Amino acid sequence: MKIIICLKQVPDTRNVRLDPKTNTMSREGVESIMNPYDRHALEEGVSLAAQYGGTVTALSMGPPQAAEMLKEAIACGADQGVLISDRAFAGADTLATTYTLANAVLALGAADLIICGKQAIDGDTAQVGPGLARRLDLAYASCISKIHEVRNDCLLARRMMDDGYDELEITLPALLTVVREINEPRIPSLKGKMNARKAVIKTFNAADIGADTALLGLAGSPTRVARVFAPEVRGERAMLEGTVIEQVKELAAKLEAII
Amino acid sequence: MLKIDEKLCIGCGVCEENCAFGAITVVDDLARVNDKCTLCGNCVDNCEVGALFIEEGEVVPKTDLAAYSGVWVYAEFRQGKIAPVVLELLGAGRGLADERGVKLSAVLLGHNLGDSARELIAQGCDEVLQIDNPALADFTDEPYANVLSTLIKQRRPEIVLAGATAIGRSFIPQVATVVGAGLTADCTELAIDEDGSLLQTRPAFGGNIMATIVCPDTRPQMATVRPMVMKALPPDPHRRGVVEDLKAEQFNLTSRVRVLSSVIAEPDKIRLAEADIVVAGGRGLESAKGFALLNELAEVMGGSVAASRAAVDAGWIDYPYQVGQTGKTVAPKLYICCGISGAIQHLVGMQSSETIIAINRDAAAPIFNVATYGIVADLFEILPLLIDELKGAK
Repeated sequence: MKIIICLKQVPDTRNVRLDPKTNTMSREGVESIMNPYDRHALEEGVSLAAQYGGTVTALSMGPPQAAEMLKEAIACGADQGVLISDRAFAGADTLATTYTLANAVLALGAADLIICGKQAIDGDTAQVGPGLARRLDLAYASCISKIHEVRNDCLLARRMMDDGYDELEITLPALLTVVREINEPRIPSLKGKMNARKAVIKTFNAADIGADTALLGLAGSPTRVARVFAPEVRGERAMLEGTVIEQVKELAAKLEAII
Repeated sequence: MLKIDEKLCIGCGVCEENCAFGAITVVDDLARVNDKCTLCGNCVDNCEVGALFIEEGEVVPKTDLAAYSGVWVYAEFRQGKIAPVVLELLGAGRGLADERGVKLSAVLLGHNLGDSARELIAQGCDEVLQIDNPALADFTDEPYANVLSTLIKQRRPEIVLAGATAIGRSFIPQVATVVGAGLTADCTELAIDEDGSLLQTRPAFGGNIMATIVCPDTRPQMATVRPMVMKALPPDPHRRGVVEDLKAEQFNLTSRVRVLSSVIAEPDKIRLAEADIVVAGGRGLESAKGFALLNELAEVMGGSVAASRAAVDAGWIDYPYQVGQTGKTVAPKLYICCGISGAIQHLVGMQSSETIIAINRDAAAPIFNVATYGIVADLFEILPLLIDELKGAK
């Protein structure tokens, strides 16, 4: 089974803050990490390949330094890492991104299974997985929380829904996005780390994957960011002071007025 | 590509501070851009001397914008019911359609739809396009995406809205891909700008910043919208509208995914999203035992229990109770946070609540920035007293 995992290097948004006074973004301590959801996609690919036989290719579109993340993917069990990187990709929204990734997948000679994280924590759009599936004309399901079994021409999996879950039979080749609940990602093994150190990350540019530059990056993106601003602070606020007993009495009175 | 006018740049470093990607560094009093740049434009907006600009290369071929008219709402239908977010979308869509002077339509796909179309019209739309077919009984992406994208190509709406639900977030991106449209996920605010384009505002960077997105040159403009944010109109059963039954044969309804079974979670777990009173706990509860105290308070108040991600990750309570960016969005009349610090990821899931009460030991906790009433105290001291006080009042 040929498996491709799509990975994105993202700023660790848990540490990004917009200073409400100056309206500037504080990057203190913000580092680039592998998107946490993609880590689960990678783990699932690596464990499926171990169970059913196959190879795992870690694929990323990003700046040259994303190669480091692909090495980390190899340390976590991927067989190879492929980076597609070109200044022409800059400013890509999800439509241009899926176009680029689809070209890259075709350049790699397609796959039986492509796994993506549900969404990336910087944009939180959850649009690249489904868009890529469509461009490659693959069977698709999102928010997979468990892969029960892989058969010759299909796999059985569980999909999270808002009100519960669905059990699905998905024809192969397919593209799935996965949620955190699907597995517990492994820590790189010593052997993995050695493989990563030796690994050469293949890098392709726009021309290598046969991409039409008019459809890449900002040029190929229908959306534009018109404005960025800090979330509003709520208006009316008050602190309840006094002894614990006084605070409780006042709070109970407020609650009774509301209920 | 991001360009820097070296004559105008004063090397003040505001752009460097504002860049979330570390793509700009000031060297020798001049801003320099590196490969990390994503052209987000934040630096351009913040440059006080106008030294930064984004040079667009070849632009996407212009769509004939005038050929697109009307606002569409995807009317999600599952388990025999219209999803509550659809009514909210019709409320928001009605406003947008009136401002543009166009029709508001709902697209209803499923099986055994019954009187649902009537309900949609009562909630504000002028027209319902529906397909009632066994092939659409269960949700799978392929046939749903095929139908909606084919309809969009045939009828050319200018705006297409859907709920940012599991279903909407799954297949709407496929539709946008097929029709080549711009799509903005998880919007919390929609408006029409002076040229008649849709302004789509959404949280980004885990909710740490808000971004307004536009699609200046393409149509339709597509957006998914967070549930519990927009307001539904009061239903008007006398409202008139047209229901059009579409022939299923003209669409490709085949699917390579089959739903073998659907399991609906216990009703009390779903109730959270609709509860009027929510009592939520975080890291400050310290253990699963802490949640027992929270349950008691919820019971006395007739509310539902919820949790921050920290509490769910710690294993004190199950994921379906999680509120926030990666959990549920709630907007109850009353939201009580106990021992929740108020990370923005949690705030985006509850900040539309009418009244917010926060109890936390740390006076500097960001939760107090959104709390209507705040108490700096030990919740293990406050909660038992509060429970007794409320019991006594009954």
